[in-house]
Parts: sequence; structure tokens; C-alpha cells
Amino acid sequence: MALGDTDHELLYPIPSPAALEPPAQWAELRQGCPVAHVRLPSGDRASLLTRYDDVKQVLSDPRFTRNLDAPDAARIAANESGGVFNSGLGNALPEEHHQQWRRMVGKWFTAKRMTALRPGIEAMAERLVDGMVASGAPADLKAALGFPLPVWVICDMLGVPESDRDRFAYWSNTLLSLTRYTQAEIDAAQAEFAGYMSAHIAATRAEPGDDLISELIAAAAGAGHVMPDEALLATSQGLLVAGHETTANMIGKMVGMLLADRTRWDALVADPSLVRTAVEEALRADANPGFGIPRYITEDVEVGGAVVPRGTTVVCNLAAANRDEDAFADAAGMDLARTPNAHLAFGAGAHSCLGQSLARTELQAVLDVLLRRLPTLELAVPAAELERVDGLVVGGLRELPVRW
Amino acid sequence: MKVSVDEDKCCGAGSCVLAAPDVFDQRDEDGVVVLLDPEPAGHLHAAVREAADVCPAAAITLAVTLGERT
Repeated sequence: MALGDTDHELLYPIPSPAALEPPAQWAELRQGCPVAHVRLPSGDRASLLTRYDDVKQVLSDPRFTRNLDAPDAARIAANESGGVFNSGLGNALPEEHHQQWRRMVGKWFTAKRMTALRPGIEAMAERLVDGMVASGAPADLKAALGFPLPVWVICDMLGVPESDRDRFAYWSNTLLSLTRYTQAEIDAAQAEFAGYMSAHIAATRAEPGDDLISELIAAAAGAGHVMPDEALLATSQGLLVAGHETTANMIGKMVGMLLADRTRWDALVADPSLVRTAVEEALRADANPGFGIPRYITEDVEVGGAVVPRGTTVVCNLAAANRDEDAFADAAGMDLARTPNAHLAFGAGAHSCLGQSLARTELQAVLDVLLRRLPTLELAVPAAELERVDGLVVGGLRELPVRW
Repeated sequence: MKVSVDEDKCCGAGSCVLAAPDVFDQRDEDGVVVLLDPEPAGHLHAAVREAADVCPAAAITLAVTLGERT
């Protein structure tokens, strides 16, 4: 009997000993039990994948669907609806429509557009760093910089005014809850967000601007049809829940990892041209990215040398896969110049993160600005005292106390 | 080295453009990959290999021509 066998069921997510470190069980599972039986917060069962090759294979195989509302699919969260993964808006578009939608939205995320957005994002980061410096050290870098920056960027993309950024931050937080908010709070946030966005969409139809909503409306009109409100609402919510908390937490974790071992920060101060590869390495080394990616299969499929039966919900643990020694040399360490770095932090396949170029741009911009403005930045507490946030789909640090 | 891309598989992540901007671009209208140079010069090979390695959709295929080092 071993870890993850049928008779030795693991509770998932597996708790971690330290905020920036992975649980020891990941290595054991990769080695001895690549398809492990786990029990989710809802009480339902699933199969956990931890190897790089297996995770990449499953995410790239359309037979592993996102139909987590199938009657026998595992529910993820403890609350009544199952949380964001099981909600109507989180549901799968049919594959052919998914590609259409993705390509329509995709024009907003090209590398060229990101290059154009970069100065604006750096200016926002500068402004937030100014605020942090004005309040004095020590400061919580997560609250002062990491959390606001992505919501500012998304609000800009959606054409939402600056004065409503705080409300967006609250909705985003609530919609991603696994256990922290009650079902009533989640439903209320969902309704408020939908109400706000419906009014915003109506206003945008009447008076288009230079934002993603206006662009989607115009693109549909150009093709001779009307973009339904529901599609715009789903897209907006998708951007918010996918693009806010994830990037916000990644800013905190990235800076935390780089400061936890000062030689890393010093190497970047000495050679800022490492920023691009350092961001990728922080994404790979992130031991706390959150729940992982669930998939549901309707036929028997072989994974990692075993047959996974139809009706199984599998959970792809991206962070465990990213620390697979068979895929990355010195996987447990950080190599700020690692090239190539084909990590799975953004998933893989047709559904890999739509906003990955935006996330990369934000992370690079933040790091550039911090290295330039606060080269003496350091942790204000020992790294071992950093704490994780629990109860969210997306993992992060509770706060990142720093001084300079 | 011969490079080919599969537009159907492409998910528009843009990582190839970041890795090898002389060889890859994206269409403005939907972000799908555009191959600028199917037979890139030797000094670009490392960047092109990186682009192929990090493509999340495995949409880039490299064929090494006879006599070329891999």
C-alpha cells in the first residue's frame, strides 16, 4: 500500500510545510504513483497527475474535457455550487466555438499589443511603487503593488473607470473562493458583478470606446451579427477571475522567491537583462499556484502507463509537473537564465492560458520597475515566516512584508 | 533547418514571437502565428528551437536539413 493507492486516499490539495516550498508528497507521487486517488474539498474523488509528461499529455488531449458539470464529474469545492469550476460561466463552450471565441479575443493578447501596453503597465507599477515608498517601510508589497496592478490593467482593458477598481477586486476575490466565502456571498458577488457589467455593456454599446468590449461588439457587427450580452459578460468575468488574482499572487510569490535567497535579487540588479528568463523560472518554481486544472473524460484513456477509466475527473497539478526532475535539470533549484523553459504554469494545448502574454508582460514590468526603483529591496521577515493564503482556487502569500 | 507551423493548433500565446521575433509573428486580426522565415539562418536556430520547445500548443515543427548539427 502506497501513497495515493485506492486504499490510501489522499486529501487534495495537499498541505505544504512552508509558503514557498512544495509538499514532500509531490516527489513521492511522481516517483511511485503518477495517477493517485485523491479526495477533493467537496468530498468527491478524483485522480491526481503530478508528472510533467502526463500533465502535458492530458492538457493537450481534447478527450479530457472541461465538462465538469457532467452528472458523474467530481465537484471541486465544498460549497453548494462547486465554485467557479462548476459554475455556468466556467463551463465549456463547444470546441469549435471555443476556437472562434479564442481567436476573436486573441487579437487583444498578441505579443505586439503587449509591447504596446508595456509602457502603460510600467507607469501604473511606478505609481503604485511611489505610493508604497510614500507610506514608508516596512510595507506589504502584495497589498501595495501586487494586488492592485492586475485589476487596474483589466479594468483598463474593459473600459471600466478607475473609481470602480476596488469593487472589481472584491468580486474577483469572492468568485474564486473555494471555502473562504459563503455560498450566499459568492452568489451576491456574482449578481453584483453581472449587474454592473450589464450596465457597463449597455453603456459601451451606446458609446463605444477603445476597449475590449467595444472591439468585440464591433468585430461581431462586422461579421453581420450581434455579440450577445451573455458572451460579453462571460468574457469579462473570465478575464477578471483568470487575470486578476493569478497575476496578483504571482507578483508576490515571484518577488518573495527572489528575495528569499538574496543572491537571486542581486544577480538581477547586476544584470536586468535576466528579467525575462527570471520571470519564467519564477512561474516554473512556484510551489503554490493553487488547485490545478481539472478535466473529465468520457472514455478510457491511458495515462502514465495506467488506464484511466471513463467518468474519471483528473486533476493536473501544474506545479508538481514543473518540478519533475525528468523534465527539468535541477528542478528544485532556481536557474534565473534557464532556456528553454517549457514550464506548464499556463497549462498546455488549445486551452492554455489566453492571457499568458499579458501576465508575462505584467510580471516583467513589475520586476523591471522594482529593480530600478528599489534595488535594496529585502524581506522584512524571515522567508520561513511567510504565510500562504488558503481557501482560494489561486494560491498566494497572505502578505509580503518588505523594506528597502 | 526548416520550420513549419500548424495554424489550426496555434493558440495565439505569442511565446514564439517573444523567443524569435525574426522568424515568427502573429496576425493582427486573431493572434494566429505567421511564419516570417521558414529557413532561418544559423544564428537564429537556438531561438527557433526555444520557440518550438515553449509553444504551448506544440504548433511548431522543426526539420533539420541533412548535414546540419542539431
